[in-house]
Amino acid sequence: MTVFSRGFRGKHHRDDRLPPGQYLTQGFPVLSAGPTPRIPLDRWEFAIDTETEQVHRWSWEELTALPSETPTVDIHCVTSWSKLDTRWRGVSLDVLFERVETAADYALVYCYGGYTTNLPLEDLLDGKAWIAYGYDGHELAPQHGGPARLLVPHLYFWKSAKWVRGIRLLHQDHPGLWESAGYHNYGDPWREQRYADD
Amino acid sequence: MTRWRTVRLAGAHDETAGSRTLVFDAPDWPGHLPGQHVDVRLTAPDGYSARRSYSLASAEGVELTVERIDDGEVSPYLTDELRVGDQVEIHGPIGGWFVWRPATTPVLLVSGGAGIVPMMAMIRARRAAGVRAPFHLVHSLRSPGRLHYASELLSPDPGVRVSLLYTREAPGGHPRPPGRLTAADLDGPGAACFVCGPTGFVEAAADLLVGLGHDPGAIRTERFGPSGS
Ligand SMILES: Cc1cc2nc3c(=O)[nH]c(=O)nc-3n(C[C@H](O)[C@H](O)[C@H](O)COP(=O)(O)OP(=O)(O)OC[C@H]3O[C@@H](n4cnc5c(N)ncnc54)[C@H](O)[C@@H]3O)c2cc1C
Repeated sequence: MTVFSRGFRGKHHRDDRLPPGQYLTQGFPVLSAGPTPRIPLDRWEFAIDTETEQVHRWSWEELTALPSETPTVDIHCVTSWSKLDTRWRGVSLDVLFERVETAADYALVYCYGGYTTNLPLEDLLDGKAWIAYGYDGHELAPQHGGPARLLVPHLYFWKSAKWVRGIRLLHQDHPGLWESAGYHNYGDPWREQRYADD
Repeated sequence: MTRWRTVRLAGAHDETAGSRTLVFDAPDWPGHLPGQHVDVRLTAPDGYSARRSYSLASAEGVELTVERIDDGEVSPYLTDELRVGDQVEIHGPIGGWFVWRPATTPVLLVSGGAGIVPMMAMIRARRAAGVRAPFHLVHSLRSPGRLHYASELLSPDPGVRVSLLYTREAPGGHPRPPGRLTAADLDGPGAACFVCGPTGFVEAAADLLVGLGHDPGAIRTERFGPSGS
């Protein structure tokens, strides 16, 4: 049963590009669990560790030398804001996974600063995810996850881990930080999977 | 689908000139941890609905404090329109990260503006649990009229130290000249830190704490919104 709010009209317009319960913002709000880590580029690295303990590593120079893409995507934060047509630059995870042999089904993404988030490996492949290091024609700012963050725009934005450091491949799903703290394990904005009981 | 709970406004009072505390009657409320929040949903006659998150201010029961954002969609409704007896829908309690669980570790709370709301819940829960852990609240506010929970914060609560940092205008005789938060306003490492407020404030405060040598893993942050106070 819906409870109507006497005298409430709402200010935002409905938009087919907005998932349920989301509203449009022009700004770029920030959601993080702790302080913003500052990572010097000469010490930065990104790794994919497989379930058989094979480790694939990329330095900053190696990553940025790979062919990059410039996806323009809509992003949806669990705190209800969405931002349309955001422009990024980054390397598709399909490129990074080219040489990776794995039979794992799950990925645990880990970050500088200790943040983790989990998702099925298939959600990272087939053009659905990037390691992004540019935003709107500039370097990605630290408070938005720079030097590099994961970008998985089809899921709520907490899955697009900031300050990404690596991806661990696992046979079993392992909940990340927000997923262990009451947020939904998968986080599809179109099905409004915000919280564990959604 | 989210399970929404219908609650009725049982009482309300102005907290500061720009904010209002709302006490809801929620008979089947399961209880919560201080630092958790609820989502509030408003629905217009045409079915359009808007949801926003609000921290619980109380240690028990559902009490929220909402700061009015003048051009906002939801907050002016909650501060100006909602009347005692009206119903809204809430979902929660939500969140298991930005929460304080009773322990003996000293706690440093750093808040800006409405960021004081979950801190108040933590201070109240400490008192209710009879825990001795020393608390230090460092709260940044624009001017004396902006102090939330003023009488409660200004009455002595053994083991709880309250430092007020005025950014624009300080009351007469206040030892610290008005200005933004600096490292000198904060304590060194050794405490569990909670930082809450507008995004810019949280970024700055968390950076200062890291600079003072706090373990970044011991600093939990919650950001309320896009702009500075
Ligand atoms: C976990 C969490 C807990 C929160 N707890 C509280 C709380 O206890 N008390 C409280 O008052 N708020 C709290 N907030 C903020 C709250 O959810 C809303 O964002 C806020 O009330 C504004 O909503 P609105 O619909 O009025 O404004 P909107 O219609 O969403 O925004 C209108 C305009 O105001 C700007 N704006 C939005 N939020 C803020 C802000 N916080 N400061 C300055 N400008 C802003 C927007 O960018 C926009 O330009 C919390 C947010 C989160 C994520």
